[in-house]
Amino acid sequence: MTVVSPAVAADPAVRRRRRAGAAGSSTGWAFLAPFMIVFLLVFIAPIIYAIYLSLFRDQLIGGSVFVGLDNYLVAAQDGNFWAGLTRVSLFLAVQVPIMLFLSLLAALALDSGRLYGSSFFRLSIFLPYAVPAVVATLMWGFMYGTRFGLVGNINDSLGVNLPDPLSPDLILASIANIVTWEFVGYNMIIFYAALRVISPSLYEAAAIDGASQLRVIAHIKLPAIRGAMVVAAIFSIIGSFQLFNEPSILQTLAPNAITSSFTPNLYAYSLSFSGGQYNYAAAVAIIMGVITMIIAYAVQLRGIRKDGQS
Amino acid sequence: MSGGLITLRSTRRPKTPPSVLRPAKSRLLTVLIGLMVVYSVVPLIWLVINATKSQQSLLSSFGLWFADDFSLVDNVVETLTYDDGIFLRWLSNTMLYVIAGAGGATILAVLGGYALAKFDFVGKPAVFAVVIGAVAVPGTALAVPTFLMFSEMGLTNTPWAVIIPTLISPFGLYLMWIFCADSIPRDLMEAARIDGANELRLFLQVCLPLLKPGIVTVALFNMVATWNNYFLPLIMLRNENLYPLTLGLTAWNRQASTIGGEAIFHLVITGALLTIIPLIVVFLLLQRYWQSGLSLGSTKE
Repeated sequence: MTVVSPAVAADPAVRRRRRAGAAGSSTGWAFLAPFMIVFLLVFIAPIIYAIYLSLFRDQLIGGSVFVGLDNYLVAAQDGNFWAGLTRVSLFLAVQVPIMLFLSLLAALALDSGRLYGSSFFRLSIFLPYAVPAVVATLMWGFMYGTRFGLVGNINDSLGVNLPDPLSPDLILASIANIVTWEFVGYNMIIFYAALRVISPSLYEAAAIDGASQLRVIAHIKLPAIRGAMVVAAIFSIIGSFQLFNEPSILQTLAPNAITSSFTPNLYAYSLSFSGGQYNYAAAVAIIMGVITMIIAYAVQLRGIRKDGQS
Repeated sequence: MSGGLITLRSTRRPKTPPSVLRPAKSRLLTVLIGLMVVYSVVPLIWLVINATKSQQSLLSSFGLWFADDFSLVDNVVETLTYDDGIFLRWLSNTMLYVIAGAGGATILAVLGGYALAKFDFVGKPAVFAVVIGAVAVPGTALAVPTFLMFSEMGLTNTPWAVIIPTLISPFGLYLMWIFCADSIPRDLMEAARIDGANELRLFLQVCLPLLKPGIVTVALFNMVATWNNYFLPLIMLRNENLYPLTLGLTAWNRQASTIGGEAIFHLVITGALLTIIPLIVVFLLLQRYWQSGLSLGSTKE
């Protein structure tokens, strides 16, 4: 922690230059360069390559042929792609609000100081985040089982007939439950961290004005963590459109309910790795990327605009 | 103005009246959030209980209670030795990917976040726009082109194919950026510069110690992401000996549905339990660091 030994004291010329340039451009770039070099390799180059790939088609005769936007036109009329997109949109519209609402509720409850044993609660709810999606899905998949699983156990011992969570009708809800289980605690911690840094003086002022708990939440807490909520919403939207792990692992348990085009990502994966249709898969991936960016951007704009009003 | 506060803090009355600052504990709220705890913990309890069962009693006994036989030790031994101990191989692969990938990602994020927070340089707004834009691109959308690129470079089916993409964590960069902006006073940097410290020394000896909670937080989140990674190794790796734990477990699970494959659900469950224990332990041990790191990281929101 101690600062610098006098032995290194530079000559006045250097000192003056440093102060004037406020540690110039080159130093900043030197620190950023390692990140940017790898970033170019694993983010920018694949994006450019994907765009390039999406403009070609592999023909049996003649090899790779430039087809312009043809792959995109095919995707626009592809029932499998649309069904998957509709499915993840429905998932997004239902699961994300429920999950974020539960996270917010838990964070506000923890922050309110009205809970007995709050640190135990905080850690237990956060715990599932440390569980890999693979393990979470395997676990829930076993529990969902109507024959040997927990659902089957309950049916047997209570003499009831619970609906099969792995049936085509319920599979999307079952996946939504797994994803909610995984991320409620994570979002709760993000919100909670943002709530902790609100200045106590605001609460004191509210107390003097005689504000109720609900008013404090509505007028101090929620506006203060709007940024965190926007970030959480954007990450959840990206996650929904990327849905892959959970359906892909449940596929072995519910082969009839989960097709290879269940989500756009699963579709792109099976197009390339079982079908060898890399060019079309690249087009599907890019369409999904663009849709995600547009929605994430819209959410961000909306968050910022509200910020401006308050 | 402070009169009300003083009476609240006084110890004369054992029961302080409810207020915004010192609210009364609420049983109802505790029960409500308790339900969420039950929801969060029940599957984990299920996992622990069922790791104690043999393959047979797994199918015949009630899921949320122990079976007559207690086979936890047998299961652990069998998990670690099955198929010539491939589980241990997967564990060491996972650790390699975590140390090289998540460790590297943390170093890059700290350096980059420091640069973005503390220096004004040409092209900084562009960097900001590109990095934030890239976050919105689904990682899985990049997977296919990354696979094809890596396959042309001869990197697929090697550990590099998993480690190199893991090195970039835009979320880590963002968190570190905010953290550096908050926790390193510019005056301190100026003072060190006037004393003649060069930039590297300034970073290593003055700034780095201040960043400790942020670094622990970013390292931990990178570690979780790498430990839990499934999609990337799934597309990049063909050789079972290079699998991380997540991929190995799903391979074991699929084995039951392949023709002639032996059902080893008890090993899947015990293996799953062994997979989550290290992360949970790390989170519990370091909770003070990462929680304060997150709080500081969110001040600019």
